[in-house]
Amino acid sequence: MRRVALIGLLLSLATPGAAPAVQPDEMLKDSALESRARDLSRELRCMVCQNQSIDDSEAPLARDLRLLVRERLTKGDSDQQVLSFLVSRYGEFVLLRPPLEWHTLLLWGLPPAALAAGTIGLFIMSRRRRSMAAEADPLSRDEEQRLSTLVDPAGPEH
Amino acid sequence: MIPELGHYALVLALALGLIQSVAPVIGARRYDAVLMRLASSTALMQFAFVAFSFLALIICYVTSDFSVATVYENSHSMMPLVYRITSVWGNHEGSMLLWVLILSLFGALVAGFGGNLPTTLKAYVLSVQSWIACAFYLFILITSNPFLRLPQAPFEGRDLNPILQDIGLAIHPPLLYLGYVGFSIAFSFAIAALIEGRIDAAWARWVRPWTLAAWIFLTVGIAMGSYWAYYELGWGGFWFWDPVENASLMPWLAGTALLHSAVVMEKRNALKIWTLLLAILAFSLSLIGTFLVRSGVLTSVHTFANDPARGVFILAILVIFIGGGLTLFAWRAPMLKQGGLFAPISREAALVLNNLFLTTACLTVFVGTLYPLALEALTGDKISVGPPFFNLTFAPLFIPLLLVMPFGPLMAWKRGDIFGAAQRLMAAFGIAFVVIVLTFAVGDRSSILAPFGIGLAAFVMIGAMVDIAERIGLFRVPFSVVRQRAAGLPRSAWGTALAHTGIAVTLLGIVCVSAWASERIVALKPSETVSISGYELSFDGVVQRSGANYRELAARFTVREGGVPVGVMEPSKRSFASRSTTTTEAALMTRGVSQLYLSLGDTNSDGSVSVRLYHKPMVLLIWLGAVVMGLGGTLSLSDRRLRVGAPKPAAKSAMQAAE
Repeated sequence: MRRVALIGLLLSLATPGAAPAVQPDEMLKDSALESRARDLSRELRCMVCQNQSIDDSEAPLARDLRLLVRERLTKGDSDQQVLSFLVSRYGEFVLLRPPLEWHTLLLWGLPPAALAAGTIGLFIMSRRRRSMAAEADPLSRDEEQRLSTLVDPAGPEH
Repeated sequence: MIPELGHYALVLALALGLIQSVAPVIGARRYDAVLMRLASSTALMQFAFVAFSFLALIICYVTSDFSVATVYENSHSMMPLVYRITSVWGNHEGSMLLWVLILSLFGALVAGFGGNLPTTLKAYVLSVQSWIACAFYLFILITSNPFLRLPQAPFEGRDLNPILQDIGLAIHPPLLYLGYVGFSIAFSFAIAALIEGRIDAAWARWVRPWTLAAWIFLTVGIAMGSYWAYYELGWGGFWFWDPVENASLMPWLAGTALLHSAVVMEKRNALKIWTLLLAILAFSLSLIGTFLVRSGVLTSVHTFANDPARGVFILAILVIFIGGGLTLFAWRAPMLKQGGLFAPISREAALVLNNLFLTTACLTVFVGTLYPLALEALTGDKISVGPPFFNLTFAPLFIPLLLVMPFGPLMAWKRGDIFGAAQRLMAAFGIAFVVIVLTFAVGDRSSILAPFGIGLAAFVMIGAMVDIAERIGLFRVPFSVVRQRAAGLPRSAWGTALAHTGIAVTLLGIVCVSAWASERIVALKPSETVSISGYELSFDGVVQRSGANYRELAARFTVREGGVPVGVMEPSKRSFASRSTTTTEAALMTRGVSQLYLSLGDTNSDGSVSVRLYHKPMVLLIWLGAVVMGLGGTLSLSDRRLRVGAPKPAAKSAMQAAE
C-alpha cells in the first residue's frame, strides 16, 4: 500500500496539470452514448488550444467540455442539440466544421467552384483547340504545287 | 568573437548578394560575358559566407556561449551534444539562418552544376535567386539577428523546449526547408524565362531535376514531421490539419502538380504558361508557409498586430515576390508561344486532369487554412476550420485523382486510347475487385468505405506495375528479353511506377488505421491487465530513472500475444527541471507494419494509472509509402537524361525518332 501511495505521489509530482485527453473516469457506461460523445468531441474545438479538438486536448477546459457533452447526452439531447447548446454558449468558434452560412460561403464554395470552373475551362479549351486544328489554314496554291512536286517529282509540270 | 564573425559573414553575404542581384542582369542585357560569369563566383562565395555564419552559430551552441541571446534562450549546458546542435534551428532566428543557408546552397549548386545552361538564362536565374536571398538576409539582420549579445552573460541557458528535444526534430526542419527552398530554383527559372521572354522544352528539362529534388525532400520531410507528431504528441494521430502542417502540404501539392506539368512541357512543348504559373505558385506557397509559421499570425491575428516587426517584414517579402512574380507573369506570359496540340484523350490530358485535382486540393487547403484568419481580420468573426472540414473537402478530390493515375502512364502522347488502357488495366481492376470482396468477407463491417479504399490502393499499386510489365513485355516474351528490356527501361519510368506505388502504400495505411484502429482508455493498478486486438498488456509497476537533463517516470508493461510474452513497453513522463515542464513519451511496439501505442496519463487517488492504448493496424505504411515515393523520385532523378541535361538541337530530331 505504501508503494502505491509513493507511486501516486511521484506521478502527481511529475505531471502538473498535463493529463492526456479523455480520462477513464469521464467515460460513460453506455457504450453507444460514449461513442456518440467521442464523435461529437472530435467536432468541437478546445478554445484555449491551438487547433485541437476537445477529444485530443489535455487542457482543463477541454475536460469540462467533454463532461458537459456527456452530461447533455445522458439527459437525452440529440447530437444536434448538444452542438447548438455549445454554440449558443461559446459561439461558432467552438465548431471545427463551420456551418454553411453567408460568412462561410466562400470557404465552402470556393473549392467546388474552382473544380467546376477548371473543368469547364478545360472543356472549352479542348473544343477551341480542336476547331483550331480543324481550321488550320488550307495550303496556298504555291504550297500545293510544291507539295505535288515533292510527292510526285514527275508531276504535271514536267 | 565568434558570434561577431558569424554576424559579419552574413553582412558580407548580403553585400555579395546585392552585387549578384544587379550585375548579371546588366551583363545579360549587354551580352557582357564577364558580368554574367560574375554571378557564379558570387553565388559560390555567398554560400561560403552563409555556411561560415551558420558554423559560427553552431559553435556558439556547442560551446554553450550564453552571452548570445538565442543560445541563452534555447540551450542548456547539460543537454546532449546532438540537441545542442539541433536547437540551432529549433527557434525562430536559427531556423531563418538555416533557411538562407539552404537558399544559398541551391544558388551555389546552380552555379556549380549549371554548366550546360545558356549563359543569359543562368545569369538571370542566379540574379533572381539572389533577390530572394537578399530579402531574407535583410530580414535576419534587421529583425531576427541570431548573434545578438546579452549585456551580461547568464550562467545557464533556459533549455530547448523539451518537446523539441527529439531526433525527429533534428532531421525534420532541414528536410522541409530543403523542399521549401528548393522550389525557389523553379521560381527563379520561371522569372528568368519571363524576363527573357523565351521558354521551350529545354527549359522544362533544366527545371525538372531541381523541382524533383525539392519535391523528394519535401515528401520525406512532411512524412518525418507526421511521424514525429505521431509519437511525440501522445495521442497517436498522424495528420492534424494543423495550419503549420498545411503550410508544408500546400507547396507539396503545387510542387507535385508542377512535376507533372513540366513533363508535358518537356515532352510535348505544351502547357508552357501553366507550368510557369505553377513554378511561381509552388514557391509562393513556400513563402506563405514561412510567413504563417514565422510571423505568429497563426496564434492569433492579435499577437501578430502586437509585435508586427517580423510579420510585416515577411509580409512585405511575400507581397513583393508573389505580387511581382504574378504581375510579371500576367504581363509577359501572353507573349509566349503556346505549342503542342493534344486530343482530350491522351497522356497530356491525363496529366492536365492530375493538375486540375491537385491544384483544387491545394486551393482547398489554402482556403481552409487562411479563411479563419481573413474572416477575423475583416469582420472580427471567429470561426474554426478543423479536421472535419478538410476530411470532407480534401479526401473527395484525391479519389478521382487516384482513379485516373494508373491510366496516365498507359496512354500515348497526343492521342491516347482509353479503352486500350482500360483493357490493359483489366488485371488491376480484377485484383482490386477481389480485394474489395475479400475485405468485405474477412474484415469486420464497421466501415463500409474501408474495403473500397483498400481496393483503390490495390488498383493504383497494380496499375503502376502494369505499366512496367507492359513495357518490358512480362509474360509475353522470353525472360532473357524481359531482363534486357528492364535494364534498358529509363530510370524515370521505374521512378514513376515506384512513386505511384508509394501513394498507394500510404493510402493503404491511412485507410486501415482510420477504419480499424482500436483504442482502450483505462485506469490500471499494478498487476492488472488490459487487452486489445489479441494482445494482452499487464502493468508491472513504475520505475524512476534520470536522463542527461530530465527525470523520468516510466510504467512497465509486459505484452503478451496469445499468452506468449512478446516484449515490454515502457511509456513514460519526463520532467525537465530547467523549464519545469513535462513531456509524455509514448511507448511503441512494432509488429510487422502495425503498432501498439501506449501513452501514460494521470494517477488517480486509488493508486491506479490512466493509460491510453491503441492498436494501429498497418500504420507504418503511411510513412513507408512516403519513403517509397521519395525513392521513386530519387530513381527518376538519377535518370541519365536529367543528368546529361537537354540535348542539343541537332541531336533532338534523332532522339525523337528513337522514341
